[in-house]
Amino acid sequence: MSDVAERVKKIVVEHLGVEEAKVTENASFIDDLGADSLDTVELVMAFEEEFGCEIPDDAAEKILTVKDAIDFIEANG
Amino acid sequence: MRRVVITGLGMVSPLANGVKPTWEKLLNAESGINAIESFDVSDIPAKIAGQVPLGEGAGLFNFDDYVTPKERRRMDDFIVYGLAAAIEAVEDAGVQSDDEETLCRTGVMIGSGIGGLPEISKGAVTVETNSVRRLSPFFIPASLINLVSGHVSIKYGFKGPNHAVVTACATGAHAIGDAARIIALDDADVMVAGGAEAACCRLGMAGFAQAKALSTSYNDDPTAGSRPWDEGRDGFVMGEGAGVVVLEEYERAKARGAKIYGEVIGYGMSGDAYHITAPASDGNGGFRAMQASIKRAGINPEDIDYINAHGTSTPLGDEIEHGAVKRMLGAHYKNPTMSSTKSAIGHLLGAAGAVEAIFSLLSIRDNVVPPTLNLNNPSEGCDMDLAPLQAKERKVNIALSNSFGFGGTNASLVFKSVD
Repeated sequence: MSDVAERVKKIVVEHLGVEEAKVTENASFIDDLGADSLDTVELVMAFEEEFGCEIPDDAAEKILTVKDAIDFIEANG
Repeated sequence: MRRVVITGLGMVSPLANGVKPTWEKLLNAESGINAIESFDVSDIPAKIAGQVPLGEGAGLFNFDDYVTPKERRRMDDFIVYGLAAAIEAVEDAGVQSDDEETLCRTGVMIGSGIGGLPEISKGAVTVETNSVRRLSPFFIPASLINLVSGHVSIKYGFKGPNHAVVTACATGAHAIGDAARIIALDDADVMVAGGAEAACCRLGMAGFAQAKALSTSYNDDPTAGSRPWDEGRDGFVMGEGAGVVVLEEYERAKARGAKIYGEVIGYGMSGDAYHITAPASDGNGGFRAMQASIKRAGINPEDIDYINAHGTSTPLGDEIEHGAVKRMLGAHYKNPTMSSTKSAIGHLLGAAGAVEAIFSLLSIRDNVVPPTLNLNNPSEGCDMDLAPLQAKERKVNIALSNSFGFGGTNASLVFKSVD
C-alpha cells in the first residue's frame, strides 16, 4: 500500500469514525462508510490539508470512493 | 383545555451534571462559580463564571459519554448540554417509544438565548483570516439554536411538534410554557422542553462585559460574585448548562403510573415596550407576566409558597423585580419565600428559566426552598423572606418562577403539587 493510500485511509477512519478494516479501496464513503453529504465536504477538506493540495469542487464531486481519493491525490498531489 | 404535568427532569449545571447532584449541592449552599481558566480573560474585566464541571466521574460532565468524536464536530457545546439534559429527562420520565403514533404525538421544544457563539466566533476568524474553503461544513448546523430540538428528535424518533424558543434569558420559561400549551390544546401528548446555553467564551464574556451587565468586583472571590438583592451586587455572573423537562398530558401520565413532579397550572407573558436591555423602572412588565400567570392558574397571590426569582444580581433588576413581586402579592408579601438560585450557579441565560423551573418543582417535591447565597445585607426595601445563605424547609404547594429577557420579554410559570 502506498504512503498516500495509508494516509487517506487514516483520515477516513478518523473523520467517519469507522473501523479500519471497512476502509477498503473500493469502499464508497456514502454507501459503505455511512458518510452524508456534509461528511464528504469535510473529508475533502481534510485531504487538502493533509496533502497541501487544492481539490476543486468539480473534482471533489467525483471523489466517491477511497480509491477515487487516492488516485486524485497521486495524480495531483 | 387539557391538564399538563411534568414527569421527567434533566439538567447540566455549573454545580454538577445531573438533577440530583445539582439539587444536593444547591441545598447545601455550595457555589458553582469559579475563576475562568478555560480561555483568556486577561483583557476582559469580568473573569468569573459558572462553568459546567468537566471530567470523568459522578457529577462531572464528559462529552464522550453523550457523543462520538464524529458527532461532536456537528455540535457546539450548547447542543451537547441540551442533548444530555434531554436524555436525563426522557429516561427519568420513561417516554421512549417504538410506536409510530406515540412518536408522532411527542414533540421537542428546546431553545437557547444565544446559540453556538463559540463556533460562530471561530468560524468568523477562519473566514476572515484563513479561507472560506477552510470553514467546516458543520459550521451552520453546529451553531443553529433549533438543532438541540433537532438532535433530540433524531435520537428518539420524536416526530411531533419540533420548535425552539429564542427569547434571551426568558427562553427556558417560554419553552416550558409554550410546550404546555401545545399539549393543553391537544397538538401533542408529550413535549420535551427547556433551554440550553454555552456562550461562556471570549466573545460572549466580552459582549456582556461591554454591555456593563457582568459582575467585575469579585474576580478574586468568585463564589461571592452572584449576590442577588445584596447591597454589594454589581452585575450578573455568566453561567452555562441546560435544563430540560418532559411535559405530559395529565390523564396519560396518570394512566401509565408515571411519577409526577407537579402540574403546570399557570403561564403568563408580557413585553416591557421600554428598553433593549434595562427593565422598566416600575417593573410593570414582570408584574403583568406574574398577574397573567396567576390568572391562568386560577389562584390568589396568597396561595403562592415559593417564588424562584429572575434575580440576576444586577443593581437595577433585582430591586425592580422585588418591587413588582410585592405589588403582585399586596398585603401578603411576607407569605411566600423568594430566592434566587442564580446566586449559586450564575445566569444560564437561555437555560436559566428551565433550570429554575426544575428547582421550583423540586421545592414542591421536597418541601424545601433553595437559598440565596451571599445575601448578607439586603438592599433597602428588599424585605421579603429571601432565604438568605441557607436552604429553608417549608411546605411548598405552589411555586412561581420568573424569567425576564433582554428586549423586554417576560415569562412567569406557576407549578402546583399533584396529589
